[in-house]
Amino acid sequence: MDPGSNGESPGSRQPSLDSLCSSSTSRSDRSFQTKGPSISSEQNSNSDLSPQLRVKGKPAKTFRDSGKDDVELLPKEVVQDVGKDVTYICPFLGALRGTLTVTNYRLLFRGINREPGVVLDLPLGVISRVDKIGGASSRGDVSYHLFCKDMRNLRFVHKQPDDSLKKSVFEVLTKFAFPVSNNLSLFAFEYNQVFPENGWKVYDPLAEYRRQGLPNESWRISKVNDHYELCDSYPAALVVPVTITDDELRRVAAFRAKGRIPVLSWLHPESQAAVVRCSQPMSGVSGKRCKEDEKLLQAIMDANAQSHKIFIFDARPSVNAAANKMKGGGCESEDAYQNAELVFLDIHNIHVMRESLRKLKEVVYPNIEESHWLSNLESTHWLEHIKLILAGALRIADKVESGKTSVVVHCSDGWDRTAQLTSLSLIMLDSHYRTVTGFQKLIEKEWISFGHRFQQRVGHGDQNHTDADRSPIFLQFIDCVWQMTQQFPAAFEFNEYFLITLLDQLYSCLFGTFLCNSEQQRVKEELVKRTVSVWSLVNSQLEEFVNPLYVHYPAHVLLPSVSIRHLQLWVSYYIRWNPRMRPQEPVHQRYKELLAKRAELQKRVEELQREVANRASTSSERAGSPTRSITPVQTFV
Amino acid sequence: MLSLGGGGAKSSKPSFVSYITPEEIKSEKEPPKKERHPNLLPGEVVFCSADPILKHTQDDVSQRGIFGTLLCTNFRVSFVSDETPLEETGSNLGDLISLQMLFCFVVYDEKRKMITGGMLKNKYPSKMIIHCKDLRVFQFCLTFTKEEDARKIFHGIAHHCLEPKSLKCVFAFSYAVSRSPEMQRSQRTVMFDSKEDWAQEMKRTKGNCRIVTENEGFKLSTRLPKYFIIPSSVTDEDLFKFQGKGLPIWCWSHHSGCALFKASTLPVPQEDGVIQRYMERMLDAAAQTHLYSLKIEDLSETLPTVQDIQQSYAKFKQFFLIDNSTDFWVSDVKWFSSVENTGWMDIIRKCLQKAVEVVECLEKENTNILIMEEEGTDLCCVISSLVQIMLDPHYRTLTGFQGLVQKEWVAGCHAFLDRCNHLCQKDKESPSPIFLLFLECVWQLVQQHSPAFQFSETYLTVLSDSVHVPVFSTFLFNSAYQRESTLKAESQHPQRGPLNCPAVWDWSVQFDCKAQELFLNPLYADKLKQDKVLRKVPRPKHQRQLSLPSSAFKTPPKKGFFKDETESLKKMLRVKRISRWMASPDSPAANTREFYEAWQRRPLDHHGLLLPWLDGPAVRLWMQRYLRWIPEVQILGGGPVAVTNKMAELLVQVQELRKKLDLKGCWQPEAERVQLQPRPLALARNSLRLSSAFPFASSRNWTFKPVIPTSLLQSLMLTDKLASQEDETTEVISLV
Repeated sequence: MDPGSNGESPGSRQPSLDSLCSSSTSRSDRSFQTKGPSISSEQNSNSDLSPQLRVKGKPAKTFRDSGKDDVELLPKEVVQDVGKDVTYICPFLGALRGTLTVTNYRLLFRGINREPGVVLDLPLGVISRVDKIGGASSRGDVSYHLFCKDMRNLRFVHKQPDDSLKKSVFEVLTKFAFPVSNNLSLFAFEYNQVFPENGWKVYDPLAEYRRQGLPNESWRISKVNDHYELCDSYPAALVVPVTITDDELRRVAAFRAKGRIPVLSWLHPESQAAVVRCSQPMSGVSGKRCKEDEKLLQAIMDANAQSHKIFIFDARPSVNAAANKMKGGGCESEDAYQNAELVFLDIHNIHVMRESLRKLKEVVYPNIEESHWLSNLESTHWLEHIKLILAGALRIADKVESGKTSVVVHCSDGWDRTAQLTSLSLIMLDSHYRTVTGFQKLIEKEWISFGHRFQQRVGHGDQNHTDADRSPIFLQFIDCVWQMTQQFPAAFEFNEYFLITLLDQLYSCLFGTFLCNSEQQRVKEELVKRTVSVWSLVNSQLEEFVNPLYVHYPAHVLLPSVSIRHLQLWVSYYIRWNPRMRPQEPVHQRYKELLAKRAELQKRVEELQREVANRASTSSERAGSPTRSITPVQTFV
Repeated sequence: MLSLGGGGAKSSKPSFVSYITPEEIKSEKEPPKKERHPNLLPGEVVFCSADPILKHTQDDVSQRGIFGTLLCTNFRVSFVSDETPLEETGSNLGDLISLQMLFCFVVYDEKRKMITGGMLKNKYPSKMIIHCKDLRVFQFCLTFTKEEDARKIFHGIAHHCLEPKSLKCVFAFSYAVSRSPEMQRSQRTVMFDSKEDWAQEMKRTKGNCRIVTENEGFKLSTRLPKYFIIPSSVTDEDLFKFQGKGLPIWCWSHHSGCALFKASTLPVPQEDGVIQRYMERMLDAAAQTHLYSLKIEDLSETLPTVQDIQQSYAKFKQFFLIDNSTDFWVSDVKWFSSVENTGWMDIIRKCLQKAVEVVECLEKENTNILIMEEEGTDLCCVISSLVQIMLDPHYRTLTGFQGLVQKEWVAGCHAFLDRCNHLCQKDKESPSPIFLLFLECVWQLVQQHSPAFQFSETYLTVLSDSVHVPVFSTFLFNSAYQRESTLKAESQHPQRGPLNCPAVWDWSVQFDCKAQELFLNPLYADKLKQDKVLRKVPRPKHQRQLSLPSSAFKTPPKKGFFKDETESLKKMLRVKRISRWMASPDSPAANTREFYEAWQRRPLDHHGLLLPWLDGPAVRLWMQRYLRWIPEVQILGGGPVAVTNKMAELLVQVQELRKKLDLKGCWQPEAERVQLQPRPLALARNSLRLSSAFPFASSRNWTFKPVIPTSLLQSLMLTDKLASQEDETTEVISLV
């Protein structure tokens, strides 16, 4: 029985004293950092190399492939094929023989030679591309490369089945790895695990706006987009200035790219300075103007009595904004928009980001060139992009917080860079978004409801890996959040494991949260009814995702340092497959131990006090040592 | 007592002012006096002063400065602000500029000129920029003061800080003469200046070598410690043959019985073969210590030279001496490659790698090892100390570590005076930050294996600064001989013994108790717990200890093997100067990989063997030391201090609860006493007010303003096609 694939919750493997000193290697806890803050003593290069979903609840059934190797499957998960005698060519451990199991959800490779055995267990959703090597080889070997979205490549070799009619495991794999391309449905639509918490209830737009004090005398909630007629990539509920009518909004929609009109994202509770998001104006080469759009921006400015200015942050480099004029887009001219100041944030487009991540993968996987590590890292520009995004968000947050000025943020379409910038500046400004549920709401709001094109950017179940619409925009956002958690270790309620889990589930296609491109599509697909939310998983085992160092400071604005000197590569995400990258034992571990110790001592103090009280009441009893019966607390402080 | 910092007022207690909250500073201040001068130390004399001087404050966005008096004493350059204490920015360590400056820049009419001594112009300088060895940068505007004063103070500073001087003029001597002797505190650090200390150390590690007492009067060699340990079979005749050169000096014994030795190299052998035969006897003697095995590592063959290290660090440190915000953001763009090009990180990696190889030899092969180098007091010290830290948990405690520095570096005759260039000599050959390199390597271990170390990174940073505080005898001399003879000569009352100069380990000279608590790592996993754990499940390592050393089985099991091998190698030695004896054919990295993997498979034991991770991302920049003074990188309310604070707070709570239980009499005090660490204090309850530079730069005067890059535009000018591509290439109607 391999503990690596069982369905136990990660919480059940709290590092105990036993696990500290046990010399036998436990495989289950070596899913690198995906297991969260696991104690590094259990690290073992031979243990499983997979991010595993650990879902609470009993496995639906057990698949028996050879009498002793049990595969525990998720509900509705069905084994499609088992390839015996498959060789996995591991870049770290060399060629490993074993069996390859393909289900409608996962790929499972189990080595047979080594002890402890190698287990590779990954959702098919992470596979972005399958390349057959050498074509139809005469020797009958099938060799192929799997390129994964989570920064690794896998290579398998196996024999062509003797029976030429029977499909090889390779063919089955290709079919189920790309269900959308093969007219199958994503596994998320099959999966019907019931969790104690319902994640679909986490975000209620009206409740979130109410939390911000909306609607109020300056802002109203418009129903103009109730049926997604104004803008098909926007949510139904939109917050706009009270002085602007729905008709005017319709005219603004005609002027803004994809109808993505300026709407409120966040309102400062004291200064009433607003963070507003939209897409680029369709001013074009001729510098077209729209009187309603100008009025709308003026109204946004007027809604904030503290400032007679408004800042428009265009996320793009100014060259790109100018180039967009050729295609009918462009940026606001300061002539047309009085009292507005236009600032370019120089963040590059999705293609540059995709290329940067590709280079990063080259640098970190599988091997790291030691002596040129830093210059290689620099040449990917990945951290440079992170810096620019964080710097942009910092400027936005600063204008809102210190300048008490409202800001309008847009890029070209307002669903990539804009989402990154607004959500990051909101995290800086509003401590609620640094809690576990607040962060969930933020993602639901700024990313999912405002139409970040998850389906396109990730390419769920689609075999067209060269699709130029794919780009790691959400990953980049999570990386920026991680950078902030590193700089402010006590300011976030969630931990690193939470962020890694989100990224793993982004690709897994197990949950409905990150499917589709817009709220309209989600409603049409009935995702709430037909799929499970990733927040159901998270909120049902919250203790795994909580940062024990968290301190809640209600009105604390975070101003991170955006200097590249403070930015680090997120090793425990990008390089987690490399067994040489042993994660540090997290501080959290020691902190948790101390917390447990404190709780234990507190309990004992209380016990004693109770005992003392009891004894006082029954004074006839002789005062014996109350501690004899209690085992002494082992201390280590 | 020596109060480092604290401008303008007398204070009765020692203070490291950056640790003190503003309230405390206020209460310490007395009404401004007419004549402003810092609280002078015993023996400190003001050479010259000038006012008003405008000190530019880097941390101020408005570029405004503070007026005050600039003084130059025989100990420091000090700036005392005219302003009320409340607004005073200079009240942290910033007030004190120890005389150990790197360079002094002078601006004449906007042109910057570097002053390294001996090149003073008689022109009226308008601005003075001082770069300190702890990487602080100060800018003083001299235009408000009288021309004569400005020239005087500038010349005074340049002369006292940058001109060569004699050892006698070092402030430590006038300080030691003037200070009251009762300030000496009892020290728990083993100083390794007595025979007993060495005997105790050998007993602790179960070494089987012999202590040499023949060098008590430094008759044998002035480059060797008073007492040292060599293999038992070295004859007295050989001992004196080459003034101790080539002697295998014992450093440490592994529990298997094999030992680590270090030696200086002898000159190239002459024709007669006397030296060869002497060396053979030395190697034989070292090999006999355990199983007749020995491996020789000539560090000068594989590690960078002392000059390489100096050059690399000279380039490296430039990136942290930042004068203004524009420079900062410009250098941010190519930051990683700039750091890499200095080679400093690579030198750190190489040293750690070499130490791992030596550790492998001792731990896995149970072979004696002799590390060699020209003098045997530079990289030998680095490698031998690192090896001991990785293998011996005793050296990961605070006092253990201090003992190690005493043993390998201070008693071990590392030429601190020359390497740190305390006397500002113009000699280009000798200065080199070897000790700093060692601290850098230790820091890498500390950040990778935090729970294994009792001391914190703040301790290491403070120690690296203290090297340049000319008050302590610890880092002032080139050898034990020089220390003893100088202190004797400088003594005012020769009959009462040598001058009593404090050791740096007497931390109360610099810091109060509260500040010293920052030296302790709240994450340190105490030994006791581990013991209990280990007793339950014996680990493989311990099992091996019970049986024969594994090496006895590994290589051909013939008993005479090592002997044979040695014979043949001796022949080789006659041809070539001592090279590596049992050099392995494989590349070192591939070789140690297996060792790493075996270690990795074992459960992590903070009190067992520690190996550093050396892959690219694992070797990191010592942020605290290098970035602490740069305002652009301070994270207000963040940084590691946020964690340390929380940990410390919780520790206090746990200890309080335990005390409560203790009072109720249900505790087993005798079992508990042992493990009570000095109690870490919750420093500042509100960590929001602290910045990531804590405890070094105080953040209270920094405006709560984000630092926004000024050079965003030039940072990423991508010219490729992708950058100009449309975001949406195709409209894909998608999904399911």
